[in-house]
Amino acid sequence: MSDDARRLHPVDVVIVGGGWAGSIMAKEMTEAGRSVVMLERGPDRSTAADGAYPASIDELEGNFRYKLFQDLSKNTVTIRNNSHQTALPYRRMAAFLPGEGVGGAGLHWSGVHFRMPPDDLRLRTRVIEKYGAKFIPEGMNLQDYGVSYEELEPFFDKAEKVFGTSGEAYMVKGQVVGKGNVFSPSRSDHFPLPALKDVYTAHLFRKAAEEVGFHPYSLPAANASRQYINPYGAQMGPCNFCGYCSGYACYMYSKASPNVNILPVLRRHPLFELRANCHVLKVELDADGRRATGVTYTDSDGKVVTQPAEMVILTAFQFHNVRLMLLSGIGRPYDPVHNEGVVGRNFVYQNVTTSNVWLDRSIDTNQYVGAGGGGVAFDDFNSENFDHGPLGFVGGSPVWVNQAGVKAIAAAHSGGPPGTPRWGSAWKAGVIDTYRHSLRIDAHGANMAYRDVYLDLDPTWKDAYGQPLLRMTFDWKDNDIRMNRYVVDKIGDVAKAMGARRVNLTKREFGRPFDTRQYQTTHLGGGAVMGTDPGTSALNRYLQSWDVHNVFVIGANAFPQGTGYNPTGMVAALAYWAAHHIRTTYLSHPGPLAG
Amino acid sequence: MLAGAMLAVMVCGLAARAQGQAQGDVIARGEYVARAADCAACHTVPGEAPFAGGMAFHLPTGTLYAPNITPDRQTGIGQYSEAEFSRALRRGIRRDGATLYPAMPYPSYARLTDEDVHVLYVYFMHGVKPVAHAVAQDGMSWPMSMRWPLSIWRTLYAPDPKAVRHDMDRRTFADPLVARGSYLVEGPGHCGACHTPRALTMQEKALTAEDGPLYLSGGDAVDGWRPVSLRGENRTGLGRWNEHDIVRFLATGRMPLGAAFGGMTDAIGHGTQHMTDEDRLAIARYLKTLSPAAPAVARGWTYDPAMTDALHAGDVSARGARAYVDSCAACHRTDGHGYPTTFPPLAGNPVVMDPKPDSLIRIVLEGNTLRATRQAPSAFVMPGFAARMDDHAVADTVTFIRAAWGNDAPAVTAADVARIRRTLSPEHPPVSVPMN
Repeated sequence: MSDDARRLHPVDVVIVGGGWAGSIMAKEMTEAGRSVVMLERGPDRSTAADGAYPASIDELEGNFRYKLFQDLSKNTVTIRNNSHQTALPYRRMAAFLPGEGVGGAGLHWSGVHFRMPPDDLRLRTRVIEKYGAKFIPEGMNLQDYGVSYEELEPFFDKAEKVFGTSGEAYMVKGQVVGKGNVFSPSRSDHFPLPALKDVYTAHLFRKAAEEVGFHPYSLPAANASRQYINPYGAQMGPCNFCGYCSGYACYMYSKASPNVNILPVLRRHPLFELRANCHVLKVELDADGRRATGVTYTDSDGKVVTQPAEMVILTAFQFHNVRLMLLSGIGRPYDPVHNEGVVGRNFVYQNVTTSNVWLDRSIDTNQYVGAGGGGVAFDDFNSENFDHGPLGFVGGSPVWVNQAGVKAIAAAHSGGPPGTPRWGSAWKAGVIDTYRHSLRIDAHGANMAYRDVYLDLDPTWKDAYGQPLLRMTFDWKDNDIRMNRYVVDKIGDVAKAMGARRVNLTKREFGRPFDTRQYQTTHLGGGAVMGTDPGTSALNRYLQSWDVHNVFVIGANAFPQGTGYNPTGMVAALAYWAAHHIRTTYLSHPGPLAG
Repeated sequence: MLAGAMLAVMVCGLAARAQGQAQGDVIARGEYVARAADCAACHTVPGEAPFAGGMAFHLPTGTLYAPNITPDRQTGIGQYSEAEFSRALRRGIRRDGATLYPAMPYPSYARLTDEDVHVLYVYFMHGVKPVAHAVAQDGMSWPMSMRWPLSIWRTLYAPDPKAVRHDMDRRTFADPLVARGSYLVEGPGHCGACHTPRALTMQEKALTAEDGPLYLSGGDAVDGWRPVSLRGENRTGLGRWNEHDIVRFLATGRMPLGAAFGGMTDAIGHGTQHMTDEDRLAIARYLKTLSPAAPAVARGWTYDPAMTDALHAGDVSARGARAYVDSCAACHRTDGHGYPTTFPPLAGNPVVMDPKPDSLIRIVLEGNTLRATRQAPSAFVMPGFAARMDDHAVADTVTFIRAAWGNDAPAVTAADVARIRRTLSPEHPPVSVPMN
């Protein structure tokens, strides 16, 4: 297709995907004096158009008709639980919600903004140190990232300052400074904004968790607790807890997004060009496949064009990055039978279950208010913060009340407590009781990588452009189910301390397969992971393709296994980390940065 | 010999380059004056070639079109000599001798120094790209279509530059910054064109601070916006703004006590955001010398928490309180403080307490965009409520805002709202939506 494609004027850098990673890389590359074209397959978006109050706070449009999300009629994935099944296309949004349009997932996200725990970055090494190599179950591809917390710290810090993140630090420069997460590592600086106030349910949860002996802290939130001007000069309004975060463009300009926090500055830069409604088909490689020469895409008029560039940076959503590598022949595709190849390997998800707690009817839980990133969590059972030895599983899970604003349709959908009829006056009574007096507590667990869980190109199904869909082969494994069940029991302890009238603990069940019909989380990861061994990673520790040195791939695709935390903070830090090494080394000496 | 010739060539080259540089400097200074004088506000149509004219002014008597002032010889001002340029600028007389409509602020430009007129001329002749663009003929209805009565108007009301010069030389200022500020505000800035009331015969009732307290005491509606007083009134002027507030406002359109709207958005966008901090400070210091126009109010504005307390107690019985809580409080808050520099406060805001509610009503109806500037790259958009609120609801809301938190402006009627609603442009919302 590229032979007869129209060739455009070459640029220094072409960036595929207009979300956080793309916007950060574009900002960094223009600061380095490079001309940048950023391609986004969806439409351009702005607060004025997509977040205009009050039309923007329309639950039907936002959370049920998926305004800001991917158009599955053009492109989707196929899914199966194991390699003996035939995968079928994911035609209706449910389990996960990939975004589309300028801002990407960074426009529709909630705002929970974490740093990766140091132990998670070297999980394989840590598990072997603590429990021995035999502790790792057969078939689990446990790996290190190849980059340490200390190396990433300046970039976590930078991302928080750009995002205007609200939170309370525990330790700054080795000194205990506040009531932050006692398990979190030392920071070079405080959060740029103080923590959001606790909503009432979070307040009750904090008190109860303390009583039980856990260590609650305020979730770090990229929902500004007060008005803020970031280092780029971009300005945010303050969060008013309206609850329209996840799935919406924030009308208060208070949820960090590429659109609010980076693009206002980038759009004014003479070296930057954004092209919306441009769907990238493949990265073009030179004859021996060692160097990218640009990308081919269909533009907003449906014409196929080629954009030549010196560098290609893939910053699309996790699985689109993996698919583009597979479609372009960058890196060796994963072969699960022979356990060889790397692109598609270590595909991971997140192990989230939500439990419900009903309080006394004299207590109104005000679930309609909330901030997407706000709430209270404890990390006593996350990462390597507890002894896994006697428990026999790898991984952990933070536990939290992250009341992000329960809206009317969602409340009606979830109905009353288990056993409540789905219609009639009993249903009504159940819905009212649940909406007014209950709260939700999440176990937001990690998901490990396994040899037989992976991504590849579907042999049957194609997208609207005639290219094969990506195929997901995914199921839950006993290790992860054991972890979930252990942590959810702790929720029961906290609920008891809250004086719960009724508790519904939701646990993963052994033998119950991954169910695509239930929303779980959009935190997909892996598939083109970073590392120090080209035999087990598609990218080196600078997120550079081992095989095609002028291709960098930024996203949660780089995570070797799932984490208990939300991925955005890590993705942003990895973008700044990669950009730093591109700027300080690669631009003057193009070539492999590791190897 | 050859070496000598080469040296000569080089010296000539250097001289030519130095000359080019000198002209470059003059052009840059001219561009600065053009920004200070906000020529683009009228002569550049947004999105089109700079200074190519065509901006329409819809007046009750017809439509005026700003001329092309690029150096194009046929359709622009390419044939103007510097003297002709100066005469047009300072006296309002076109090259062909006809009088310009006083939409061109020559009563203020009369104060431009020779130096500034010169650099402006060089800028417009050599720094602006000539664009062949014939603007539409003015559509003024008779008798305003006749230019000769304008000459009489000009003779009566436009000051003679020579007299102005004499006047300027006579005035003394203890603080050179105030002197600079007076020049910028009364001269190129032509702030009075909007912010000073006009007589029935349309001339500004005062052209300088020396003409008395009507100067900059708040203008009549311009394009449906009501320019506020820039004098020291406590409630309705700049009495509670300090120098730093004004400097920040002129640079970014936002400061803790208020945000730019209406015509001021363009004045900042084309003009003051590009000025030096020193000139912005000069303007601020000068404005702070202007005493209140009206006799001092009995009581300066102080915050009154009564309404906030009522709202926090769930009492929305006050007229407009419910509509305010539903539609405004998310950003401007139930305490009326807003979130300074992001969403402006309504408590104590001079625009809110203006005796005439026109601007406030219009903002509620059609919303407003706080545009990005060089120092503040984020734009903020308030949505319009015209489609959601009828005239009564808007009147209730505006009345509430004007009376809460210590504000003391009179109530607004549905008829007031209907009058403003009729003037709204059907083109709204504007085509250029800020992308953040």
